[in-house]
Amino acid sequence: MAALLKVDHVTMQFGGLRALGDVNFEINEGEIFGLIGPNGAGKTTLFNCVTGVYSPSEGQVDFSGQPITGKRPDQIVSIGICRTFQQIRLFPNMTALENVIVGADARHKTSIFGAILRSPRRKREELEAEETALDLLDFCGIKRYANDLGRNLSYGDQRRLEIARALATKPKLVLLDEPAAGMNPVEKNGLRDLVRKIRDNGTTVLLIEHDMKVVMGLSDRVAVLDHGEVIAEGLPEQVQSNPKVIEAYLGSGAGGTAGGPATGEPPTDDPIAAPTQGEK
Amino acid sequence: MAKERDLRSYMNNNYPKTSERVPDGVVKVGDPLFKGWQAIGYGRYLVGALIMLAIPILIDPEIIPALEGVDSPIPFIQGGFGIRVLVVTGIWILLALGLSVVVGMAGLLDLGYVAFFMLGAYTTAFMTPSGGADQFHIVEWPNVAALPFAVLVCVLAGIALGIPTLRLRGDYLAIVTLGFHEIVRQTANNLTITNGSRGIPGIERPDVGLPLSLGGVNTEFGVLSSHTYWMFLLVPAIILAVIMIRHLEDSRVGRYWTAIREDEVAASAMGVPVVKMKVLAFAIGASTSGVAGWIFAGYATFISPNNFPLLYSILILAAVVIGGLGSISGAVLGAILVTGLPEVVREASGGQTIFGFDPETGRIAIFGFLLVVVMIFRPGGLLAPRRRRIELSEASAAEGVIIDESAQPSKDELEYAASIHEDAQRKEGD
Amino acid sequence: MTGLILGFLYALIALGYTMVYGVLKLINFAHDVIFATGGIAVFYLFGLWLGITEPVTGAELALVVTAALLIGGLASSGAAAALERLAYRPLRRRNAARLSYLITAIGASFFMTYMYQQDFLLGTGKRSFPNFMDRQSAVTEDFLGTRVTDIMFLVVVTSIVCLIVLDRFINKTRTGRSIRALSEDITASQLMGVNVDRVIVTTFVVGGFFAGVAGVLYGMRFGNVVFNMGFIPGLKAFTAAVLGGIGNIRGAMVGGLTLGLVEHLSSVCIGSEWKNVVAFSVLVLVLIFKPTGIMGERMGG
Repeated sequence: MAALLKVDHVTMQFGGLRALGDVNFEINEGEIFGLIGPNGAGKTTLFNCVTGVYSPSEGQVDFSGQPITGKRPDQIVSIGICRTFQQIRLFPNMTALENVIVGADARHKTSIFGAILRSPRRKREELEAEETALDLLDFCGIKRYANDLGRNLSYGDQRRLEIARALATKPKLVLLDEPAAGMNPVEKNGLRDLVRKIRDNGTTVLLIEHDMKVVMGLSDRVAVLDHGEVIAEGLPEQVQSNPKVIEAYLGSGAGGTAGGPATGEPPTDDPIAAPTQGEK
Repeated sequence: MAKERDLRSYMNNNYPKTSERVPDGVVKVGDPLFKGWQAIGYGRYLVGALIMLAIPILIDPEIIPALEGVDSPIPFIQGGFGIRVLVVTGIWILLALGLSVVVGMAGLLDLGYVAFFMLGAYTTAFMTPSGGADQFHIVEWPNVAALPFAVLVCVLAGIALGIPTLRLRGDYLAIVTLGFHEIVRQTANNLTITNGSRGIPGIERPDVGLPLSLGGVNTEFGVLSSHTYWMFLLVPAIILAVIMIRHLEDSRVGRYWTAIREDEVAASAMGVPVVKMKVLAFAIGASTSGVAGWIFAGYATFISPNNFPLLYSILILAAVVIGGLGSISGAVLGAILVTGLPEVVREASGGQTIFGFDPETGRIAIFGFLLVVVMIFRPGGLLAPRRRRIELSEASAAEGVIIDESAQPSKDELEYAASIHEDAQRKEGD
Repeated sequence: MTGLILGFLYALIALGYTMVYGVLKLINFAHDVIFATGGIAVFYLFGLWLGITEPVTGAELALVVTAALLIGGLASSGAAAALERLAYRPLRRRNAARLSYLITAIGASFFMTYMYQQDFLLGTGKRSFPNFMDRQSAVTEDFLGTRVTDIMFLVVVTSIVCLIVLDRFINKTRTGRSIRALSEDITASQLMGVNVDRVIVTTFVVGGFFAGVAGVLYGMRFGNVVFNMGFIPGLKAFTAAVLGGIGNIRGAMVGGLTLGLVEHLSSVCIGSEWKNVVAFSVLVLVLIFKPTGIMGERMGG
């Protein structure tokens, strides 16, 4: 099966800091691929390289055979990749429904003139957006909060809303950045089911997660990053017993809780922000 | 085909907010009035038009020959003078509506909006017969032909301003727009083709070529009858602008602007072309000032750089902010407060000072004060929708937050501190 | 030469912009009024109340000048502190969005400016600044081809002294360190026990003081005060601050002198009516192409 996403010798350098070094892996259509590694290994940086927030210093990213390196984030969405954020980034003062509709809008074509003149296309797309959004909210189990402001939802529901919003862009590949963070075990089970549902519905999933149980239980294949480099790749059982992986985790705190100082990430709080130091 | 229903009421009926419950038996004040207003739908525009058309008759009843000798029921603003005030207010309403798209909807702080107004007026002057024999002209067409070009020039200027500045942060963008205004104004002042500070006199008035009649109302666009300016130009323009803005709000474009305001990075990650949307906001906002500039040039028949001081840019911003960001009626209210009200006060005081305040210039001090007060006590403005007020009263996670000593460290900070602590402890254990 | 003199004044005013920006990441749009307040206070105190309107000399002159500069500086400091307390602090308490601060700043600036315009204060026209330092008397008749008056000399000397003092203050004193800490990372400073409120007020006060000194010097140099005397110099000083690197104190000096020089050159080459256009163009271009300025954004030396 041809690879859906191909990360090809990607290196990311921020001035003197090498966040990613020669990262290679492939994701096949229809699988759930887990990306793990200790804190600061560069996982979110990799997400940023794939989704166009950063342009890799070296290397290339291909999607369905086409290069997508260096494209803008909104272009990436129209190509068929969408993501969620490690620290939830909803539109806090928009309702859950509106949040998801913004995602659905990515697939709409109403132009500014269509909007001003209320073209039939606009009418059609608005109704379609509403239906799609409600369906997705239902799919993610938060339909009853449709009319509530994003900021008023509980933490777990906010994570689900972010996922619903990403799904609204009708992606072929969805990137989930630590979706289970901060959830209790019950919520985590629910999340596991949701991710499986997403895959069963035809969307490929690339997942960053710290919780070993979640990621090992879900993923078809796993890659491990440490200090910006891939140190292992393969089936979950193989990776779990790989001595290099164990050492990487024990060396800076095992089990996936708050670990050592960031080394692979650029030195800002916000992993999305463009680095203020170094070159861009 | 399904009837296009009102999304908001549908949502409210089927998915009541869990976070906000109204106790049984409580009626919110003004609710029936608001609901009734909403229920009329497009009829609202008709009602608005009728009210706006009735106003000049109220101000100057003598315009209708049948009402000769009847006095105006409105105090202070009466007769020909009152109509002139009305026309100026109308022009400012158009400006405020345009700026409310830029600042209110897209959230881009523009301190130099009047520069577009100026460009619209000067374009009109350059395309119509005006000034002395040696005055610079691109062409000499009838006044009405200049309108699309005035709008076009403004839109292009909006795009030109938007493209280099769109990645600037809010405060920097504001200063750049201010610089833009001053550059445009000073350039007009210095160049000879614009006749410098002496301005361009003798601009033609629009001549539609058809006999216009509205119940016997005088149809000339002559200087004695500003009524026609109001009725045939400003009212349709205002209504069209309002319709345009309303339609934008309820569409993909409006949602994208809101998303950009809330969290630009997240919006971009969800497929919003941020760059394009911001430039679009500038362009749309500039378009109404193009129309306003054209109307002003034809009405005043004389323009000079002194008509467009930086002060006006700030005043129109004050109007939009105080009136209410993100609200059409807020923009209208703001414009009336900033132009119409001071005129009333000035007339009422008979040109004398009130408590030592010169009404002419004191109004600016008062508006400055009001801006501060509004920002502190009612962020977002008087008529801003509740959500906008919430938005403006608290910094979102996406911006740099300006810390306050009495605020508690956030959850992230505590986690970070905890992880450092854990780390240190583990190191000790080695 | 006149361009350079103005450059020093811009530098002094720019200090206020740059310090407040460094600490709060906020453009204090109302700083122009704070600058004006210094000159206006001395106009009232020395001109109208004390009636010192004739030139004095010798030791008396030294006394009067020092007093004027101090009083102007303190008046502006007071205004700055009041501004922070009344306009900005409520917003900080509430953790307001950044847009609010800028709008408030604009409101405050216009409020004060047009209050000054009222007849019970300055009125609309120019008012003569007390002429206690003879404007004609010169230090040398020929320095690089221009005449250097006493006042010009005073401006240069005062500015340099002020800049040295501020540089020492920021880099060597404890309060200065706190200010620098806040400009680097406000959260960490708070967690380290810095009294954020007090340091912020101090920042405003210090920045305001130098603006006030500039206001007095401005009045002495040009011989008058006007209700909106702060507006254009304020914008130009802001340009200077950005040019030199906003948040960077030495940058303010560099930016001020550079801008003064550029203005002067453009005046000579393309005519003085384009002076403002050039200054604003510099502002726009710097913000678009190199917002970090000549010397970067770090506050300390």
